[in-house]
Amino acid sequence: MKFLDEYRDPVLARKLVAEIHRVTTRPWTLMEVCGGQTHTIVKQGIDEALPEGVRMIHGPGCPVCVTPLEQVDKALAIAARPDVIFTSYGDMLRVPGSTTDLLALKARGADVRIVYSPLDALGIAVANPDRQVVFFAVGFETTAPANATAVAEAARRGIDNFSVLVSHVLVPPAMTALLESPNNKVQAFLAAGHVCAVMGWTEYEPIAAKYRVPIVVTGFEPLDLLEGILMAIRQLEEGRHEVENQYVRAVKREGVPLAQGQIFEVFEVGDRKWRGVGEIPASGYRLRAKYARFDAESRFSVGDIHTQEHPACIAGAILTGEKTPLDCTAYGTLCNPQKPLGAPMVSSEGTCAAFFGAGRGLGGLRTLSPATPLIQVAPIPGAQQSAR
Amino acid sequence: MCLGIPGRVVEIRDDGGLLMGKVDFGGVRKDACLAYLPEVQLGDYVIIHVGFAISRVDEEEALKTLEILATMGDLMRSELATMGPGMDEPAVVSDDGTPVSGVFGAPVAGAPGSRA
Repeated sequence: MKFLDEYRDPVLARKLVAEIHRVTTRPWTLMEVCGGQTHTIVKQGIDEALPEGVRMIHGPGCPVCVTPLEQVDKALAIAARPDVIFTSYGDMLRVPGSTTDLLALKARGADVRIVYSPLDALGIAVANPDRQVVFFAVGFETTAPANATAVAEAARRGIDNFSVLVSHVLVPPAMTALLESPNNKVQAFLAAGHVCAVMGWTEYEPIAAKYRVPIVVTGFEPLDLLEGILMAIRQLEEGRHEVENQYVRAVKREGVPLAQGQIFEVFEVGDRKWRGVGEIPASGYRLRAKYARFDAESRFSVGDIHTQEHPACIAGAILTGEKTPLDCTAYGTLCNPQKPLGAPMVSSEGTCAAFFGAGRGLGGLRTLSPATPLIQVAPIPGAQQSAR
Repeated sequence: MCLGIPGRVVEIRDDGGLLMGKVDFGGVRKDACLAYLPEVQLGDYVIIHVGFAISRVDEEEALKTLEILATMGDLMRSELATMGPGMDEPAVVSDDGTPVSGVFGAPVAGAPGSRA
């Protein structure tokens, strides 16, 4: 397909890898913010082709992963109501709540429907005037214009049986929170190309200046990522810390003003909890008072939710880049894409699912040397003594 | 859900006050909302995300990027030549010595970079 295939050219990719090796003189730690970028990096083995010491930390930019457990549990409570048609992007359906997930609820008879676009959810509301249609409005700044348009259209066309369960998060406050953390290891960011397509990159300029951290707006294809990594390493090597744009074909400094206008017509910035990370001030959107009647939380009064994460899941440490899935005892055993314990194993944008999809750490030659037995048997007490 | 796909605009229409269109993704056509990019013309490429066009692809910039990437290797080779012998392109292997899969691996069944 045009504008995809050209950016997957293996010859150009090798040239870029060679150039990255040429310019790198020291170890560097970079973070790609967006889960879509993580997917490409892991699937294509880009991180493994980088010079020794150059490390990619996989960032928190997976909307499915950071949607707080409370919101998932609220979605489950609303979807279980007989008068409700619950609509959602497909990848939210298997995200585990405290006790179940939307797909299991659907199997038990709840009317849960996957939509590709929030306008499809609006269409379902028009077609079912005697039912309540709720849309799970999750995502980063990329989905915000679409979700805002659905609400604005519902208001304009008087579609009163439509409401949204909002769980919107924003990239720049998450980057700031990571940089403020005493454990931070990130020295440069690849910013999420499509978030910046909508919002532009002016918000990132003060971050780059304040924290002296290079930020490169980067696309999603292998060549985009390699060029983004190259641009970030060049800045690091030269001691610069600017916002640069690798994804020139799709992103402008000012973004798409009409889309931003639609977002801020419907939403305002508010504090948000991030699953596995905690509350980050001013890190999400909530409905403005003008559109409060479309808020599913107040329409169905689902307060007082008691939540519980699976004790084995280390999703929070994975989202902040402190650990990788290979550090998790449940990865590939208790937890896999068929039976996920935590959200990063659900979405194709989640780090755990990306690792699992690429077969990382799942046996085979990469992790099991011939010296390692396929089945680890617990040592028999006394056996070591007799061997001595 | 954050994945945006570039497609070509093949139809533009006003759908009850909302600017909509049809976008062709290599043969598959889908409805999309064009409300944020009213300047879009038939034949333009746009990036579609959850049914909304969020960016018009700048063809000129797209070609420029590819040209720069294509010439970069030549510049590098000429510079390497000035550095004397012994600087082969680095071997692209993972830490345990196996060839990396994906675009850098040895040619294997399924063209490199091909994915759904």
